[in-house]
Amino acid sequence: MDFFIQLLVNGLSIGLLYGLSAMGFVMIFKSSSVLNFAHGELLAMGAFFFLVLTTWAGLPIYLAFLLTLAGSFVLGFAVERLFLRPLIGESLIFVIMLTVGLASIFKGILLFFFGGNLHTYPEFLPAGLGVQFGNVFIPPVYVASSFIGIVFLVLFGLFFKFSPQGIFMRSVADNQTAALSLGVHVKKVFALSWAIAAMVAGMSGIVLGVINGINVHEISAIGLKVFPVVILGGLDSIGGAIIGGIIIGLLETFTCGYISPSLRDVVPYAVLVCILLIKPYGLFGLAEIERV
Amino acid sequence: MTEHENGIFLQLNNISVVYSDVIQVLKGVSLSVEKHRIVSLLGSNGAGKTTTLKAISGLLKPENGKVTDGSISFDGSFIQNSSPEEITRKGIIQVLEGRQPFKYLTIEENLKVGTATRWTRPYKKDLDKVYDYFPALTKRRKSLAGYCSGGELQMLVMGRALMAHPRLLLLDEPSLGLAPLVVREIFRIIRRINEEQGTTIILVEQNANMALQIAHYGYVMENGKIVMEGEAPALRENPDVKEFYLGMSAGGKTRTYKDIKSYRRRKRWL
Repeated sequence: MDFFIQLLVNGLSIGLLYGLSAMGFVMIFKSSSVLNFAHGELLAMGAFFFLVLTTWAGLPIYLAFLLTLAGSFVLGFAVERLFLRPLIGESLIFVIMLTVGLASIFKGILLFFFGGNLHTYPEFLPAGLGVQFGNVFIPPVYVASSFIGIVFLVLFGLFFKFSPQGIFMRSVADNQTAALSLGVHVKKVFALSWAIAAMVAGMSGIVLGVINGINVHEISAIGLKVFPVVILGGLDSIGGAIIGGIIIGLLETFTCGYISPSLRDVVPYAVLVCILLIKPYGLFGLAEIERV
Repeated sequence: MTEHENGIFLQLNNISVVYSDVIQVLKGVSLSVEKHRIVSLLGSNGAGKTTTLKAISGLLKPENGKVTDGSISFDGSFIQNSSPEEITRKGIIQVLEGRQPFKYLTIEENLKVGTATRWTRPYKKDLDKVYDYFPALTKRRKSLAGYCSGGELQMLVMGRALMAHPRLLLLDEPSLGLAPLVVREIFRIIRRINEEQGTTIILVEQNANMALQIAHYGYVMENGKIVMEGEAPALRENPDVKEFYLGMSAGGKTRTYKDIKSYRRRKRWL
């Protein structure tokens, strides 16, 4: 039982992170119908940026964290501005190939500077952050990552529901022509989606780096897990991304704990295949409103 | 263009529009709209009415269309081929054909998107104004637009456009697919908006009868050209318009198939 709870908590906190990075992916897809194959590399960029700021520059943790968020935000913004905007109106396959290219470039840059070895952050989470739960001990990393995940979720919920920019972003995702006819800056919305997506990805990258250590290949592979997550949740549903993330996170940790750690990375993709066969629109993707 | 009040507000000067570099839809359309008036654009399907509106509002671009010839001037500046972002900020707002709500946003959120051109400024008063014009929306403000009826949606998209404080409102077939009573209501409100807000309106319609009742001036389009224009009352009396757009015989009575020998008039402008 204790083992079960342990796995449950780990799965939930990892799942939240998957969900958040998938949310960024879905935001880009919803607003501009671009499938971003460089999503994993955005996670890795965030993780390494944080590494540079903490170990090399020796900045205090929260400052480094905020700077990483800001840096990722700018990175996402720049990527949209420099690479995607010129391709607006081009066929989708070009745009997708562009993101594949970007993925290799980012990966190449990171490998060039940091090599393929495992790096670790200095120990910075206070041990007191861990929670003792009867016989179950929840390590500080998981407490912190759940906390950050929930905070971000609430913030984004509020942002999309109440802020004008959030409402504009949803309007563009909903009906782009109508949004244009009302003077919504559609290109700004694209840029903002990329910026927010990159920011959340960077944040997830840091937390995953704290949990598993940082390695270019591993973190970008984790980033690719947004695919099973969004297929499960439905490609065009932000809520679905979060729930899909949590489900995949739980499945992974349970497989790892009860069956075999080597199957851990297979499960999400097995789910992906099954979902595509049974329910290709995902759990929440089909909610197209049909007026009768 | 220096005359104020009732001077020329919008002028299309011999414009041609081409889609995808090959398909020519407008072949030299010229029209002018004076301030505070309702100008109606009539014509059958495919005549180029919607394209004319999109040329004005800049919405041709996303559809790969372009004004290749001629000029469009609005309030003293040329706007042909400007981006929709710029044009809307000059005060030209188009209400699209077929309503196009944001289905997953509530009625009130839909209306808030209408403030995009001036989003830092307060909009509380405008919301009240819209609910005053369209009381039917008031009790549905919290429900998703996707679940509203056609009449409510037409009111919603018009209200959404009003939130932007338009100086020139382009309405594309507001009566499309609505019950006759709702159509009458919508047209009554269009006239009220024009009278109370002083909004200049271009009204594209299939329902020529209704359109000519509230419009001050009218243009008839066919095959990408303007074929006739005139003050609305004069157009209503014109035998060709009567025959082809109001469904009446030259005598003024509704045409019937009973008269075996009835023959169709030739369109005089062809």
